[in-house]
Amino acid sequence: MSYVTGVGLTSYGKHEGASSLDLMSRAAALAIADAGLKRTEIDGVLCGYSTVSPHIMLATVFAEHFGIRPSYAHAVQVGGATGLAMTMLAHHLVDAGVAKHVLVVSGENRLTGQSRDASIQALAQVGHPDYEVPLGPTIPAYYGLVASRYMHEYGLTQEDLAEFAVLMRAHACVHPGAQFHEPITVADVMASKPVAMPLKLLDCCPVSDGGAAFIISREPTGSAGIRVRGCAQAHTHQHVTAAPALSELGAEISIAKAKAASGLAISDVRYAAVYDSFTITLAMLLEDLGLAQRGEAAARVRAGYFGRTGEVPLNTHGGLLSYGHCGVGGAMAHLVETYLQMTGRASIRQVHDASIALLHGDGGVLSSHVSMFLERVR
Amino acid sequence: MSEMLADWTRGVEAIAYQQCTACDARQYFRRSFCAACGTPEPETKLASGEGTVYATSLVCRAATAEIRAHVPYNILLVDTAEGFRMMAHGDNGLAIGDKVFARYEQFAGRLVPYFEKAK
Repeated sequence: MSYVTGVGLTSYGKHEGASSLDLMSRAAALAIADAGLKRTEIDGVLCGYSTVSPHIMLATVFAEHFGIRPSYAHAVQVGGATGLAMTMLAHHLVDAGVAKHVLVVSGENRLTGQSRDASIQALAQVGHPDYEVPLGPTIPAYYGLVASRYMHEYGLTQEDLAEFAVLMRAHACVHPGAQFHEPITVADVMASKPVAMPLKLLDCCPVSDGGAAFIISREPTGSAGIRVRGCAQAHTHQHVTAAPALSELGAEISIAKAKAASGLAISDVRYAAVYDSFTITLAMLLEDLGLAQRGEAAARVRAGYFGRTGEVPLNTHGGLLSYGHCGVGGAMAHLVETYLQMTGRASIRQVHDASIALLHGDGGVLSSHVSMFLERVR
Repeated sequence: MSEMLADWTRGVEAIAYQQCTACDARQYFRRSFCAACGTPEPETKLASGEGTVYATSLVCRAATAEIRAHVPYNILLVDTAEGFRMMAHGDNGLAIGDKVFARYEQFAGRLVPYFEKAK
């Protein structure tokens, strides 16, 4: 068994002068304090990567900088799925007795540490170096391609996609740490600058500075008991050119395996934290996971289903789309918010019941998937 | 011998793919083996240039000055007549399902495949 025992999250947006290690350190200190642990009690470290400060041994660079000497440490790289992949690994590590308290940490000064163009160019390199990158695609273009096909097969409109941006912004507006606090409408999304059609600026997550961390422990360290009930991965391809049919993508595979591992059904889910790099990502994943019928996710947004007071509140911190996206830390904020909701500490964002949560991460171009169920046991 | 077939990725006006001599699987990204069954030395062939549009995205925001000069440009995924999928450029008005045919264009200093609607 494994438990989430503490979380730490900085605000996302601009952190002028802060390095990736600074942001990682801030989040790590918050998470360790939240778990009620001493830094010397951390015996495992898993970290993501930084595109601003790449290093072949980031986990030990961080451990030295932070001042700890773990008995297990390395970096993990699965794109946007890295945060949940690290959580899954930490779960298995503590379950196997390799470590007692694993610090999962990431942070990046992606907004102020490099130009937006540099970020866009660095990320586009997930494309195939010979067969895709020479064509000048960007990450939004890879997802724009997927969006065009998904809309074609299931009848979604650009207005449908816009609903997800509006929902994430509404949630971000009541989180003081979010990058954006100005409400937006479907009309605003539709009028925003074209980026890679059908995706427009407000269909895309921003580039942010920020850090996030949490502790995965063998036993609870305080009164709360939030345990990993079951998790699974699926990896079907790397490049969008080699992606399988829409009906065979990895999210459906990983959620089926996670349901089997946890013994839970989608109808058990009370809170959802789903990767939302673009509006299309969120729409597709909600439908792949079974949180909405095929082609019905936007209608559920309009009906309030995913709102704070709805049946399955979703990304109540504002998600990547509006809390912000600082790389690996981006989707880790989803787990931080989930933990706060599950422990009743989400202040004015608190939902009625977050006893069972489903988290899902996606890396690459719907290439790598991690599904995870968290359960409150006390 | 089939290794000698050059294509657009090497600056030649052609689209190459590989076909497994054992399981008949087609693959676009060249390798020294078949990714479906592992058999070495798949046969390299040239594609006809005919295909059907699978997906489109009109790119309006580019990351480098050199590429920005081409904005907007339409990126496509095309299902070729030979049975593999490829990424390419194409006419701005193309829609999913359109039958298309390949020609070639210069893009940011390189040759790239460019599809237009089949006559």
